[in-house]
Amino acid sequence: MSKFKFKKATKTPEVSTASLPDIVFMLLFFFMTVTVMKEDTLKVVNELPNATEIKKLEKKDRVITIYIGKPVDKFQETQGEQAKIQMEDSFVNLSDLGARVLEAVNEKPEHLRAFIAISLKVDKKASMGLIADVKEELRIVNALKINYTTYEGDTSKNLE
Amino acid sequence: MARRLEAPEVNAGSMADIAFLLLIFFLVTTSIETDVGLDRMLPRKELIKVPPVIAERNILPVLINGEDQLMVDGDRVELNELKGLTIAFLDNGGASRESDNYCAYCQGNRDMKSSDNPDRAIVSLMSSRQTTYGVYIAVQNELMLAYNSLRDRESQRRYKTDFTFLEAAYSSSETPNILKSEIKEKMRSIQKLYPIKLSEAARQ
Repeated sequence: MSKFKFKKATKTPEVSTASLPDIVFMLLFFFMTVTVMKEDTLKVVNELPNATEIKKLEKKDRVITIYIGKPVDKFQETQGEQAKIQMEDSFVNLSDLGARVLEAVNEKPEHLRAFIAISLKVDKKASMGLIADVKEELRIVNALKINYTTYEGDTSKNLE
Repeated sequence: MARRLEAPEVNAGSMADIAFLLLIFFLVTTSIETDVGLDRMLPRKELIKVPPVIAERNILPVLINGEDQLMVDGDRVELNELKGLTIAFLDNGGASRESDNYCAYCQGNRDMKSSDNPDRAIVSLMSSRQTTYGVYIAVQNELMLAYNSLRDRESQRRYKTDFTFLEAAYSSSETPNILKSEIKEKMRSIQKLYPIKLSEAARQ
């Protein structure tokens, strides 16, 4: 009798899924930390340009955001195809912008009002004409600290 | 005697499902928003406007036309040349050794026809109303690159660190306050050497 028995065909061992929860948790924590909850519903196309020499916008509580871009498809019938200004959740005319900015400033607590920064989130395909007008309006209401909000990245992508 | 009952184990099998549920929720709601950008101060609206007299050699005109083409000092240039031209202009230090405006730390060509010193050098950025915003930001970025590289150079020479590193350390919340005032002092001195003097105008 031979000493070696032929083993029966063994089953392939199952992959242990015990570490699956750990992996999922890791992903979960990643997304939890990078998530910034959207504050406003965008009504304009808002693909920001890239820049490298950027600074972080510190302290969210003293930032007022102005969006500029073409209205999204849904609003093109009523608003036209020209680039529009959006503040909070509504479209703003250029002539009302100053008043709206002052209003937004006055909603901030008093001790922060001197440090208000305007974050301009402008679509990279917008033209400078409207932005020059917006800057002029901001100068009139004395909101001088602005930030051209961008993504971090190579500027050559801005031309596409 | 009754045996001590062991506490029954909680079944952790559904843990993965719960985690997945949360994960999917965050995946859906995430929009990786940006909170970085280029800081600018708009000029104050003055009631009486008397344009100061500035010598032409102290101005670097940068024009962007409606077709997004770039012209610096009368010549058509490409975007990647802008940084070099700006550095050459800012760092020129054309004022003579005897004059009060002499720039001791400049390493430029000392061309009499270009800027006197970095404090006097003004970059004038003019864009057309048809200029694309993306291009405008790219140009602004190149100009900032020029300033930052000069500041980095001086900061390296004086404090053996990059200016951009100082800036990052200053805005970081982990830096203790005692250090911050020292960093601020350093930043101030560098900013004084190469102040950002950018004048903007939109042309029809």
